Amino acid sequence: MNDEPKLSIEDYPLAEKRPELVRGRRGKGISEITLDAVMAGEASMADLTITPEMLRSQADIARAAGRSRLAENFERAAEMVDVPQQVIMQVYELLRPGRAKSAADLTAMAQTLRADYKAERLARFLEEAAAVYEKRGLYTFRY
Amino acid sequence: MSDTGPAAPNRWKRFSDWDERPLRLDNFAIEDPANGFAAMAGAKDPKPGVKLSGHRIVELDGVPEADFDMIDLFIARHHMDPEVAEEAMATPSIEAARMLVDMNVPREELTRLARGMSPAKLAEVVAHLSAMEIAFAYSKMRARKTPGNQAHVTNAKDDPLQLAADAAIAVAFGFDEIETTMRVSRNAWSNALACCVGAAVGRAGTLFQCSSEEAEELQIGMRGFTSYAETVSVYGTEKAFIDGDDTPWSKAWLTAAYASRGIKMRCTSGAASELLMGFHESKSLLYLEARCLCMQRAMGAQGTQNGGIDGAPLAATIPGGVRELMAENLIAVWLDLECASGNDARASESEVRIGAKILPYLIGGSDLICSGFGSILKYDNSFNPSLFNGEELEEYLVLQRDFEADGGLTPVEEARALDVRRRGVEALSSVFDELRLGKVDAAMKASVIAASGSRETESFVPGQVADISEAIKARGITVVDVIKALERRGFHEEAENLLSLVKLRVSGDYLQTSAVVRDNHVISAVNDPNDYGGPGSGYRLSPQRRAEIAAIRDVLDRDEVLRAEATYEAAEAGRIAYRSMGPARPGNDAKEVVIGLSPAFGLKLFRTLAGHPLSRVLKAIVAGIEEKGGTARIVRMHHTADTSFLGLSAARLSGSGIGIGLQAKGTAVIHHKERLPHNNLELFSNAPITSLDHYLGLGRNAAVYAAGNMPEPVVVPTDGEALGARFHARVALIYAIETGLTGDGAAPEEIAVEFTGGKP
Repeated sequence: MNDEPKLSIEDYPLAEKRPELVRGRRGKGISEITLDAVMAGEASMADLTITPEMLRSQADIARAAGRSRLAENFERAAEMVDVPQQVIMQVYELLRPGRAKSAADLTAMAQTLRADYKAERLARFLEEAAAVYEKRGLYTFRY
Repeated sequence: MSDTGPAAPNRWKRFSDWDERPLRLDNFAIEDPANGFAAMAGAKDPKPGVKLSGHRIVELDGVPEADFDMIDLFIARHHMDPEVAEEAMATPSIEAARMLVDMNVPREELTRLARGMSPAKLAEVVAHLSAMEIAFAYSKMRARKTPGNQAHVTNAKDDPLQLAADAAIAVAFGFDEIETTMRVSRNAWSNALACCVGAAVGRAGTLFQCSSEEAEELQIGMRGFTSYAETVSVYGTEKAFIDGDDTPWSKAWLTAAYASRGIKMRCTSGAASELLMGFHESKSLLYLEARCLCMQRAMGAQGTQNGGIDGAPLAATIPGGVRELMAENLIAVWLDLECASGNDARASESEVRIGAKILPYLIGGSDLICSGFGSILKYDNSFNPSLFNGEELEEYLVLQRDFEADGGLTPVEEARALDVRRRGVEALSSVFDELRLGKVDAAMKASVIAASGSRETESFVPGQVADISEAIKARGITVVDVIKALERRGFHEEAENLLSLVKLRVSGDYLQTSAVVRDNHVISAVNDPNDYGGPGSGYRLSPQRRAEIAAIRDVLDRDEVLRAEATYEAAEAGRIAYRSMGPARPGNDAKEVVIGLSPAFGLKLFRTLAGHPLSRVLKAIVAGIEEKGGTARIVRMHHTADTSFLGLSAARLSGSGIGIGLQAKGTAVIHHKERLPHNNLELFSNAPITSLDHYLGLGRNAAVYAAGNMPEPVVVPTDGEALGARFHARVALIYAIETGLTGDGAAPEEIAVEFTGGKP
């Protein structure tokens, strides 16, 4: 992403140790999100939303703390931030047993994620599921 | 057999007594591994084993890759660390078990090894540990140093006013997280808003979740009302997982989805869910749970709600089931997961079993000791009653104090409890009014503020709640609207608290393992790691925290005892007069019984532990002596306050050789001058249950002994009350007042007593 050194556990919690890095979706810094700003209509739900950058920073910290799997989850989550809620729920539904009719349903969705949201990790995750579901017969319709 | 004489006993009646105990309501099941009823040794549990081909796991616990089910596949690909697997699997299980309880082996060394262990290996290792060793290892291995706790806040009517009051009080008690759910699922939005407002009273940072249907729960979270989730369940067999309508991939998807919305989440799994669902594959609770936990780490969840959960009552029916619940929690923390450690669904009707169940967690600590302590009454718990509930919360506070153990809670004074509840109700009423969600009148508020549970409230009815909930959802109301409403109505502190909670999701600091918020700071396994390395390390109570835990209500002190006595002094002054007649001399009246009073009797202390005025007690004893032809003489002792020596010293002064020792607290003895100090004739040791009739009888018997005869001893019957628990703190304080008046070698004093008024 960039050439800056990765964050470590010394930088945690970010809101206290590195507040200058912490910004909401519209770029508003954490110190600008005050009650006065909320009352004046200058801070809204959109400012109270996590960003892909913050999730990647938390992934760096998790990895530095020896938690690579948690870090990978944060990296998948970073790719999901811009995926609309209804698409997220649509993929979730498709991943449940018997919803996809064949591997093609899942791989097509993987392509959509890759193309529309640059979500490479999520796409690979779906492709892995597609192969496993094939092997375990999970495309069978359940009444 | 002959038909004469009594029938032969056909039952020891103790069993009939036991039949009446709450314990007998509990089910117990025989161990039956083939049918899934096995805690740790299942009929078909595999032997641990892993084969690698390069960096690829090609065999897991005896199953070759070609036969992997979806759970094996997920674990092989996402949990097993090929860099560590060979070393970890080659470590003998007994050696790994010893490392878990060795304070010199650092936690990080063990979490590193766990990343290379298969489910069967993890299960085999912890099965080597006794319950005590598991508890110790758990305390060493849990991720965050500072322990915490989670509350359920629900009620039988889904009444939002009561939710706000109960959320506020749960925050006051110190819960780090509160969780609600609904009786009627469409009330989710109302429940969420109400708890969210209540939890903003008094302190910022209590995390909140609304357990509901997955899609709705995420939507509620995105509107900012909730800050965490723990409804993402996983199961240990493929069939159970599919029956639960999910796969490891669908659940991992949700795990990332919550993080992408800045919402903390943990998964849920627990022993016996597969057994309840009928897909146990003849495997043990522990092995299946080890699979669940490896999956959760593999999914990248920061933590787990684990330790039986809904299956805990079933696990507890099996031999070793409760030890198994502890063992699965140990695997969770060994895998470096946050652990909300069960102690949730009430696993027994026996309060003894309940108390025993909680103890290892209370003294060892846990990220969240209960993954749902019922902060409300049992009947108001919409999840089902918890191990501990509103009814027993005060007992939990006392257990903390007994063991000087931080169970995450802090006592709340009565006046503050009422203030906090009022504030929660007023805040929510104002938000409802401001957002035109509902009108709350004074009677509704008053009934809810005072109510212990929903059966006592006159508040919203379910139909109104459904309308409120629908309006919140349909009108797109968010937490920002709620914050604005609070501020506009003067609830500035609550508005700030709520905003600071929602701001947590901007940095995502609370997404890290075991994060909670204390004093407006996120603490987690990253910045508050458990560094236990033996005595003097790990979590210790600070002096300030110790004082908080000790501050339960209604504790006795010496001044209070003296104040209470002072209120009786005036009444006694009207009933009796003690007059000093100088040093007591030995008597020579053969009918005489000397009553030896304790030093503070009638001077500083005025009633017995049973509450009898001392004048009445003395009058009864004198009346008894005289009724049997004896003569009573009264002496005050100054050299001792001990009952035996009061009696013996009195006997040695007595012309008959018979004396009575009488302490102000009501303990009494009949003694003979020739007997050894503690070998008395009769003793009333249970003053709190000794009546005036008993004292009358004591007087009579003393006179009979004086006449040289042997009476039937007076027996004070007991019902087995824990008199020590009920009275000994007061006894010790009172006794110190008595001994404070004694002097070495001080001579007995003759006392003339006059009963001055009233009926005895």
